[in-house]
Amino acid sequence: MSANVASRSRPRRDALAPLKRALCRLGFWCLVLVLGIYAVFPFYYAIITSLKPSSALFDVSFWIQSFDLSNYRSLFAQPTFVRSIFNSVLVAVCVVFLALLLALTAAYALGRVRFRGRGAVLVIVLGVSMFPQIAVLSGLFEVIRWLGLYNTPWALVLSYTIFTLPFTVWVLTTFMRQLPHELEEAAIMDGATPWVTLTRVFLPLMWPAMATTGLLAFIAAWNEFLFALTFTLTDSQRTVPVAIALISGGSQYELPWGPIMAASVVVTVPLVVLVVIFQRRIVSGLTAGAVKG
Amino acid sequence: MTEAMSSIESPNRSGGPPRGRATRVRRQRVRAAWLFLSPMLIGLALVAGWPLLRTLWFSFTDAELNDLAAARWIGFENYLLYEDGIWYGVLADPDWWNAVGNTLYFTAVSVSLEVVLGVIVALVLNAKFRGRTLVRAAMLIPWAIPTVVSAQMWAWMLNDQFGILNHALMVLGVLDAPLAWTADANLSMWAVIMVDVWKTTPFVALLVLAALQMLPSDCYEAAEVDGIHPVRVFFRVTLPLITPALLVAVIFRVLDGLRIFDLVYVLTSNSASTMTMSVYARQQLVEFQDVGYGSAASTLLFLVISLIAVIYLYLGRRQLGVSR
Repeated sequence: MSANVASRSRPRRDALAPLKRALCRLGFWCLVLVLGIYAVFPFYYAIITSLKPSSALFDVSFWIQSFDLSNYRSLFAQPTFVRSIFNSVLVAVCVVFLALLLALTAAYALGRVRFRGRGAVLVIVLGVSMFPQIAVLSGLFEVIRWLGLYNTPWALVLSYTIFTLPFTVWVLTTFMRQLPHELEEAAIMDGATPWVTLTRVFLPLMWPAMATTGLLAFIAAWNEFLFALTFTLTDSQRTVPVAIALISGGSQYELPWGPIMAASVVVTVPLVVLVVIFQRRIVSGLTAGAVKG
Repeated sequence: MTEAMSSIESPNRSGGPPRGRATRVRRQRVRAAWLFLSPMLIGLALVAGWPLLRTLWFSFTDAELNDLAAARWIGFENYLLYEDGIWYGVLADPDWWNAVGNTLYFTAVSVSLEVVLGVIVALVLNAKFRGRTLVRAAMLIPWAIPTVVSAQMWAWMLNDQFGILNHALMVLGVLDAPLAWTADANLSMWAVIMVDVWKTTPFVALLVLAALQMLPSDCYEAAEVDGIHPVRVFFRVTLPLITPALLVAVIFRVLDGLRIFDLVYVLTSNSASTMTMSVYARQQLVEFQDVGYGSAASTLLFLVISLIAVIYLYLGRRQLGVSR
């Protein structure tokens, strides 16, 4: 931006150009600063709130003034909260494995084989990804009760495939398409079956794409709320988002903000760490899923 | 699998494969393709196709949550019924139309704000500066935070007595008295919009950024040589070129906005001033246990969304590669 401004200036305005450039740069950095603070501040504020003792909770402050872990201690003293973290991890990990397993074979078929009905299958997959979750709520409720999964984490593993599977299929298919033809031709010439081609030739090349989609599926499953709220009933079966939402179940005016913020930080820290480490992958996965979809 | 393998003769390495073998391999591949697709298709049928049909069926019955099996067909009564001079049903319920209005208002305002802000953020991230990776990671944080958590974080910041936003605005002299952001009927929708914009602008920004990074640089070099003002370059060159990506982002965001549930539910619970179509449908389904009526509302929402999705699929068919 600043380079544009500088190169535009005519020779007779040379004296003003450095000033103008400096102003431009200053404005740009201000914008960066504002955006950065806007993005991070709510999370930062949750962290400092969670570190306050309950006596100081209602004094507004912008900086860390105390380092009191009592909110975290009381949170982890509740067996139901620890249990809900365990449920969340279990559900998210199972959903990732299930979605990747089903999506990998489907992506091979959709990405490497030309057959009639491929377009229709792709349209169905894309259509399902646009489903409003509420539209399947009553029907899915019936299926889950019929399978005897109501009020268990397995109900969530099953129901979360509705939004993780279309997405993983879509991204893995686009990735599979980009792999060179020669690989597969060599395998076919050697008489390898499609299954052997998939597992021996493609699978080793698919790990980056699978890591990306798996990560996104994990985040989606970790964050889901509507199904988790509807398909579980008792505290011991809940996932963390539901547990956090229901901490506020009491009266509107006496919410335990300290523990709520502590729980929020506990849930978010793993995600923030994942995002910071894998940001390049996440960005490429998100844009592959959306731009090419 | 093994049967298929044994049907292949030893590979003919010296020349190309004979014609008969090529078609057999092809047929075998197509068969394998359907076999490979079947687990996914069965999965989708189980969690999406069948439940959707059941929801549609329930919407024509008097089903209750406790005893779904006892549902009886009652026709269109859940949708609209005229009896003794009064209209009944979802389509005659002012609460439903209030929810429809809220949802449309929320979607229109938040998506517009997200697009404008998202483009600005993307332009900033597209510029080369020190610490760009850090700022980009920071931008991803709101996107990664669970919606429930962001609702709670903002609920605390927006708290009427102890919230930092009221505090800051009063210190700056903007406000005389604290505002009840989430409880005041006139403000609560704006609170929801504020949180949603905060949370999903990064998504829009990333899509736009990906499009920006694929732009050809020669247009910009030409514009620079001609001494055209950057703002003009943006509206004449950049914006038309990123419009496809922007449209994709808008469609995704519109579909998400129309089905929004968790943010509204956690931030303002079932308050009438923010109730959206999904919140309305779930309230009928789960809290009032009226599966028939709630399913009718869900079906209507599904119809609205699929209409938009069909338009999108129609417009974007070329991108799909279906025609290939």
